[in-house]
Amino acid sequence: MHELSIINNIIEIILAELPKYNISRVRAISLRIGEMRQVIPEAMQLGFECLAKNSPLEGAELIIEKVPIAGYCQNCGKKFRLNDWSQKCPQCSCERMEIISGKELEIVEFEGS
Amino acid sequence: MKVSVVKNILQANDRIADLNKQLFDEKQILTINVMSSPGAGKTSLIERTIVELKNDYRIGVIEGDIQSTQDAEKIAATEVPVVQINTGGACHLDGNMIRETLGQFNLDEIDLLIVENVGNLVCPAEFRMGEDFKIMLLSVPEGDDKPLKYPLMFHEASVLLINKMDLLPYVSCSPERIRQESLKINPALTIFEISATGDHGLYDWYDWLRQKISIKKMS
Repeated sequence: MHELSIINNIIEIILAELPKYNISRVRAISLRIGEMRQVIPEAMQLGFECLAKNSPLEGAELIIEKVPIAGYCQNCGKKFRLNDWSQKCPQCSCERMEIISGKELEIVEFEGS
Repeated sequence: MKVSVVKNILQANDRIADLNKQLFDEKQILTINVMSSPGAGKTSLIERTIVELKNDYRIGVIEGDIQSTQDAEKIAATEVPVVQINTGGACHLDGNMIRETLGQFNLDEIDLLIVENVGNLVCPAEFRMGEDFKIMLLSVPEGDDKPLKYPLMFHEASVLLINKMDLLPYVSCSPERIRQESLKINPALTIFEISATGDHGLYDWYDWLRQKISIKKMS
């Protein structure tokens, strides 16, 4: 249940932003979360509903964009989506790769009035 | 109204972890964050490591558990300073929990700080605490499919200790598969095969630690 800690962090960040924009009610929050984070969207939404109660974020929808795991071939420089860990570089069949995406955990934007 | 923010969700934790790291660097304390699933052998490994190294280095331990002080009591028997954190439900330690315990140590008299994280293969990998290295244990009875099931943990670790090698004849597990698949996820991973209740491989682990403590002392 790392979801709860993640949600608490999201709530704190957005509450700190609200006065700057004079927003009193948040309707939606967009997030980018990498697949390596193993975050479960349903657990996020449920946890958020509980933790956001009686705050300006109550009732807001979480819009989660899942970012796929991508590799960078250290031999030929090809960037490719990694569907499973047994995959080799599609260009040169090399196995030496660096993970370049899939660990994202970001708030992108929020909407409110 | 739409507001574009683009913020790292864990920024508050990362900021505290950075402060911890600065303090550990200033005091030249090598800090390791020991992670695994429950029952993989973290506490046994830490006890053995303390007994082996305590005559040469000053060691401190932070024990993280959801409840109970059993692990801290075991460590206290080795006569090194230990602080127990009970997370009261949270499945991992974070930068702030570590920060709050530091006042209970004399940091001028510690060379090696060992943090035993809460037993869990998912959440602890997310939260930095200011450590130099994440050390992961995987015991052979857990099976060789774990790297592919919990890739973030293997990706974040610097060292993987494959534990309970003495049980290998009794379980269906290929340490070679663990090795290959974890190196695929993290080519820089250092891997030792050990038995924390025997002697198998432990001396390689101790040597690794001694070397990292010396490097930290010279920094």
